[in-house]
Amino acid sequence: MANKTRARTTTIPHGLTRDQLLEMYRLVRLTRSLEERLELLFKQSKVIGGLFRSLGQEGESVASAYALRRRTDGTGDMLSPLIRNLGSMLTIGAKPVEVVKQYMAKGDSLARGKELNIHITDYDRGFVGQISPLGDLIPVMAGVALTFKQRGEDRVAMVYIGDGATSTGAFHEGVNFAAVQKLPLVVIVENNRWAYSTPSKFMTAARSFVDKAPGYGMAGEQVDGNDMLAVYGASKRAVERARSGGGATLIEVMTYRRKGHAQHDAQTYVDPAEIEHWASTNDPIDRYVKALLDNGWATAQELTGIGEQIDRELDEAVAEAEKSPLPPPEEALTDVYADGPVNAPWTRHEPADPTRA
Amino acid sequence: MATVIEKPEHVRLTEQGKPVTLLEAIREGMWEEMERDERVFVMGEDIGAYGGAFKMTDGFLDHFGGMRVIDTPISETGFTGAAAGAAHMGMRPIVEMQFMDFVSTAYDIITNYIATSRYRGSGGVPMVIRGPTGGGVRGGPFHSQNPEMAFFHTPGLKIVYPSTAHDAKGLIKAAIRDDDPVLFFEHKWLYRRPQLREVLPQDDYIVPLGKARTHREGTDLTIVTYAAMVHKSAEAAEILQKEDGLSVEVIDLRTLLPLDEEAIIQSVKKTNRLLIVHEDTRTGGIAGEIAMRVNEKAWEWLDAPVLRVAAADAPVPYSPPLEDYFLPQVEDVVKAARHLAAY
Repeated sequence: MANKTRARTTTIPHGLTRDQLLEMYRLVRLTRSLEERLELLFKQSKVIGGLFRSLGQEGESVASAYALRRRTDGTGDMLSPLIRNLGSMLTIGAKPVEVVKQYMAKGDSLARGKELNIHITDYDRGFVGQISPLGDLIPVMAGVALTFKQRGEDRVAMVYIGDGATSTGAFHEGVNFAAVQKLPLVVIVENNRWAYSTPSKFMTAARSFVDKAPGYGMAGEQVDGNDMLAVYGASKRAVERARSGGGATLIEVMTYRRKGHAQHDAQTYVDPAEIEHWASTNDPIDRYVKALLDNGWATAQELTGIGEQIDRELDEAVAEAEKSPLPPPEEALTDVYADGPVNAPWTRHEPADPTRA
Repeated sequence: MATVIEKPEHVRLTEQGKPVTLLEAIREGMWEEMERDERVFVMGEDIGAYGGAFKMTDGFLDHFGGMRVIDTPISETGFTGAAAGAAHMGMRPIVEMQFMDFVSTAYDIITNYIATSRYRGSGGVPMVIRGPTGGGVRGGPFHSQNPEMAFFHTPGLKIVYPSTAHDAKGLIKAAIRDDDPVLFFEHKWLYRRPQLREVLPQDDYIVPLGKARTHREGTDLTIVTYAAMVHKSAEAAEILQKEDGLSVEVIDLRTLLPLDEEAIIQSVKKTNRLLIVHEDTRTGGIAGEIAMRVNEKAWEWLDAPVLRVAAADAPVPYSPPLEDYFLPQVEDVVKAARHLAAY
């Protein structure tokens, strides 16, 4: 007989195990905690450049990427994130210390100080760094998926795009190509209601973004983006469809951006009550924790333990990143071409000699 | 793999010791690279069953199959971006622009994404973007442009623009094997010119990127040029030799980026006079860059100012008298060279 302190246990959906549920919790908690650390570092001027938060969207990032086959040897699925997909990056295999080093522009960061934010790449672990002209990664990831098809590999590519960037030509061209070629591509349209300061109603006249899917002749699904299990279910269906040769899927994830576009954006164009409403009634982590506890899938003690472990991990990550050196200046000239560094401006030579320009 | 069809006659010309045109040379080069390396594939508009607007990939689909010869929707950003994704995964894609004029629609993904990928830590993008360029065939404003300078300014890209069948084959093979993204320009006025037919070596040769070639030796003045203007400049050099007794050196750049500065400087040190000829429009054209490099590195060797002959700063017109007036002609080169020699 169950004792009184033990909650009743209901069946976990989508074939997930209890360990997987806890892993997803760890990842979503890690995402929020890491961003909070980064914000602290930003305020201490230790983050170089801007800082982007995914507050309120961590759940859909983790849950969608969690549907992918994760490997470290270049045989798994691949994803390309947006600025608000730190959760996806951590889920597919990026490490917190790498993210902190990246934000601090360190020489031993994945992008070696040449690129900012979570624009980091590791093909072995399955992630391709984001690019700021939005939409461009849709065709690129379609090309990644094309190669999976060309080689007969049952791998899947997942690409994230915001409601704003669905307006780009690249979005249309990439999605259309993937649909025509029946490529194993999953397009996650994150409808967080805002493209910088512009609301979605100025981005499309369509009733919803998922309505675009049948227009391309591809599968489409709309899902509550702050319900992690629902996002996981939709993503899993799309990934399985892609893996089995069923072609591309567009998933519209309904969510809400609770911070400004970036740290510098005070969101004066948003009614604070609206943000507060989402925070108090529809936070993805709160909802997930409630589901875990109410269904008896986890205990409060387990979740607390995971939180404490994350705090220790982040202490170590930040300490290690702070110790890392900035890159040597001459590194600015490497990796332009495969053949070797490009020439330095003549004024950087000693003694200055214009004929060496 | 698709059922392999016998290698068709039109890509066996060199094998049989027959002369090939510039177009046939490029076709043979691509075919050989696709046979040699199964990572190489082609993608573009109407390149499959139809064989491409200029029939460059005629017969490729039957031989290599639909996974390596991919007809795309009309979407230069889409398929150029997809090629980049495939290159990330270890493939060696060749993208055909039906006309190079249309590459401008993919300018963003080429300059922002593809050119910077290695630098940003996202890995190299070994791919070729190729297609017909240039005027003189009455193609009008949208089918005759020379867009090389729009890309010349972008670090991370390489730009190739051959003028002979031999170089075209060797350069396309080098471009496909190169680990960086290469824009490969093919002057359509040269594609089928019978004068350019030549018997090519039967061995698997390449022409290295970044190396200019002396098209014609000379001692009195240097003409630095590329693509169709190599032939117009050589014709001008003949006239100058006969009528003026001038010995004109013609340097064919072959690769614009990276620029073979050394070859230019060496020739200027020999002849002390430099004329730059290009079919691209004048303002912001490569002549300005070359003149500046010579100013920096060979100023003391110059006996005259550097001059240039280029197209007028206008769109490429359609009607024959208009296009001929717009494009640099042999007489323009002769006139400029005489002015330079007399300085």
